[in-house]
Amino acid sequence: MTALKQAPRSLFEKIWHQHLVVERETGPSLLYIDRHIVHEGSFHAFSTLRERGLSVRHSGQVFGVADHYVPTISRNPLDAATPEITQMMTRFESNMNWSGAHYFPIHDPRQGIVHVVGPEQGITLPGATLTCSDSHTSTHGAFGALAFGIGQSESAHVLATQTLWQTKPAGLRVWLTGKRTAGVSGKDIILAIIAKIGAAGATGHAVEYAGPALSALTLEDRLTICNMTIEAGARFGIMAPDDLVFEYLSGRPFAPKGPQWDHALQHWQTLSSDLDCTWHRHLELDIGTLAPMVTWGTSPEAALPISDVVPDPAHTQDVHLRQSMHEALTYMGLTPGTPLNQIKIDRIFIGSCTNGRLSDLRQAAEILTGRRSKVPGIVVAGSMHVKREAEQEGLDKIFKAAGLEWREPGCSMCVGINGDTAPAGQRVASTSNRNFVGRQGPGVKTHLMSPAMVAAAAVTGCLTDVRALIQA
Amino acid sequence: MNTAFTQVKGLAAPIEGRNLDTDQIIPARFLKKTRADGYGNFLFYDLRFDTEQQPREDFVLNRPAFKQATVLVCDENFGCGSSREAAVYAVADFGIRAILAPSFGDIFFSNCLKNGILPIVLSEELLRPLREQLARAEKEPNNVADLEINIDLKQCTIQWPMLDMPIKFDIDPFWQECLLKGVDEIALTLGYLEHIERFEQSLQHTQPWLRP
Repeated sequence: MTALKQAPRSLFEKIWHQHLVVERETGPSLLYIDRHIVHEGSFHAFSTLRERGLSVRHSGQVFGVADHYVPTISRNPLDAATPEITQMMTRFESNMNWSGAHYFPIHDPRQGIVHVVGPEQGITLPGATLTCSDSHTSTHGAFGALAFGIGQSESAHVLATQTLWQTKPAGLRVWLTGKRTAGVSGKDIILAIIAKIGAAGATGHAVEYAGPALSALTLEDRLTICNMTIEAGARFGIMAPDDLVFEYLSGRPFAPKGPQWDHALQHWQTLSSDLDCTWHRHLELDIGTLAPMVTWGTSPEAALPISDVVPDPAHTQDVHLRQSMHEALTYMGLTPGTPLNQIKIDRIFIGSCTNGRLSDLRQAAEILTGRRSKVPGIVVAGSMHVKREAEQEGLDKIFKAAGLEWREPGCSMCVGINGDTAPAGQRVASTSNRNFVGRQGPGVKTHLMSPAMVAAAAVTGCLTDVRALIQA
Repeated sequence: MNTAFTQVKGLAAPIEGRNLDTDQIIPARFLKKTRADGYGNFLFYDLRFDTEQQPREDFVLNRPAFKQATVLVCDENFGCGSSREAAVYAVADFGIRAILAPSFGDIFFSNCLKNGILPIVLSEELLRPLREQLARAEKEPNNVADLEINIDLKQCTIQWPMLDMPIKFDIDPFWQECLLKGVDEIALTLGYLEHIERFEQSLQHTQPWLRP
């Protein structure tokens, strides 16, 4: 009998198959989850467990990080915007103590936004399955992990069983070529991809980013791209891990050490898609053609190069699309034909799991050096670790000298759940990931862009092509 | 834990708008309540109520014909965005049992299945006329039957007045059975405990670093 040649597999499929506990021919299979991260919003999952008399199956594989509800004005839970928010942190602490999971509370030097902390602490590893009750868990795919966001019921299921019933998504490969030009970041690349395929363009898919342009991207850019993959509808973004990833992980607290490191490295080097594997869909993008991007509407798909103008719904054939564009423009208070770089802003936000890492802060600080912000705003480091590093480099001083507030780490104005919101009606230039209606507070208008672009908007008081300030 | 779901016969409400995200289904400021407090009042809060907390009369679920809706007929990419399961709690507590849309946010879709809500994917070519028909039927209130949708999960069929005959819809048989029987998923999985333990032993051998 001749051995059957194994069918070629994508990186995603390799990790998927290595984690199948029970394989079913169609529909969902039972998938093993190596690492699960929870935040303060996890109280529903813990209630389920406690009510049913279940315990956490492997507390060593569960990590609790306070990020969604924490105040950013201090490290004292009592400084939260309302007593109800303080209670969220208290409840989280009680659940963490009950579960015995690794716990990074508000005052912990390792605390930060879950998707910044995961890579920093070596919780995020190539070839691992990782879940978190947050949609931006796709971030961790930048390290070659099979990582995805789940709801509270699924979180309870992982806590109790360390598994999930999941249907394998279809594969979509985004092939990146070209060389990016100055002023173009990972944020601009992912906004361009979402604009191209739409907010539901990758629904039901796992997106693998590959191609010659990928290796030239920094880890932070890769994390940003995978992070916002969910905004194109895909629960998973993934990239083959390379030496940059391995070097970064070496010596991290939860990464393997000693002989186990060598063993892991050997395995991680096998983690890439077979050349002849098939894709359900394929997309190519020359990143050399991209310019800095900004959003004009109420979905991340409503993104355009900064040199463009507010689009006119009248030019759209489909009545239905025209209506939705019209509604977005009404909410955003924008007139078709207005150059994007003439839109005045009231406030800025720099931070989030998308753009709250050290290089993001560096890029913003570079533009703000020696300049003043014309509008108020806050800069929120992605983690305590990032905050310490930024302060060592003196970035905090640059932000403060520009008239901006330097805050403590948390999700802050990206989700607004801790009370960090803008006053109704204000227009915000933001490095976050969602420009949804009301996301940063009722009636607040959000424009998404890169950290350098937000810094440029701060300096001029309106959306601005950062490239003009780089040359200046 | 799910309650068994077999059939829904009820009033349907048209929800217009592409990419209606979970922030709009339930704004973030309401995510602090316990499950027992109930989430129905928060559904579409900023669309349903004005800044004085008064109902917006023009919002579909505030209009007399649709207040008792048990089925939502939605637009493309319904429930995209945040993984907040509270969006589904709000839908469920309002009394909705099924949602029809051309596409759903993947996480929202999963969350529906865990809360006894049936998400059904049908083409926009079918759903857009249905939403328009529902909006028209509202203006002719003597024919409430025009607003009614009949869903049979066992047969995977759906019927509404405009259709000549029921049409089939697709759902994975695994989730169909979970919904039909109100299967407790954690209990189901714990039935595979031996498989899980065996897997963990093998993982300990092949990739020991994954379990700190």
